[in-house]
Amino acid sequence: MEQPSTHLKIRQSGPVSVIEFADRKILEELSIQEIQEELLKYAESRPGVQLLLDFSNVDHLASAALGMLITLHKKVQEQSGQLRLSNINRQIFQVFRITRLNQMFDIYDSSQQALEAFGAKK
Amino acid sequence: MRVPPDFGINDAALHDVSVASTLQAVKPPEAEIMAALERCGYDADTIFAIKLAFEEAVTNAVKHGNHSDPSKRVFLRWYVDPERVVLMVRDQGCGFCPAAVPDPTADENLERPNGRGIMLMHSYMTRVLYNPAGNEVWMFKDNTGRARGKPAT
Repeated sequence: MEQPSTHLKIRQSGPVSVIEFADRKILEELSIQEIQEELLKYAESRPGVQLLLDFSNVDHLASAALGMLITLHKKVQEQSGQLRLSNINRQIFQVFRITRLNQMFDIYDSSQQALEAFGAKK
Repeated sequence: MRVPPDFGINDAALHDVSVASTLQAVKPPEAEIMAALERCGYDADTIFAIKLAFEEAVTNAVKHGNHSDPSKRVFLRWYVDPERVVLMVRDQGCGFCPAAVPDPTADENLERPNGRGIMLMHSYMTRVLYNPAGNEVWMFKDNTGRARGKPAT
């Protein structure tokens, strides 16, 4: 059985795993490493996983968090899964835009729109 | 290195502190800087930008410059008034060549997990300068277009 996460809140919406961040700031090297390990472990154990990362609780992040998302994206692709992001606030979306990562990730304004894009019902 | 002359700030006006080389130890001076920005009436977007740039510089100093060795020191200098912010971060490492860092927005580098901190610092600050050794970064934010005329802090 998986240990409850201190950094992530995970719920199931049909076939989609919706993951929210417990921390408002994804900054600390150590917590980013822990979050990355949890997310990679989650994706690795679920071939074909449909993952929605919901950023509605996040108001600040460090560039190391972007690296974490890129690593997760690769892992989900290896698992023939899908990764989508939602509810990224304007300031953080600007970070994605500056780094051109908005072109790498499927980003939706709301989790509802992201879920619909997966073809799932909320 | 003293404050770059074209930043328009008297060197003596800068706050000056050194802390142990851990992200935790940098938090109190960071909180002071953020409080100064608030007092000077900086808007939320500019505070976000300065906070992000400062944290990337500090992370680089702690992790890459000082190789996460908590016995080393990180040296900070800063100045905040309503029209401008100056931030300096220096580590005890042997430095690096900023020009040699690959462009993380180039197609071939887009999937690399690292290397975005420096370009974000350049994007969010008006000017970013390194000393010749590459272990000291100076960042300047021009806020003259947004200043509301509050006193220096």
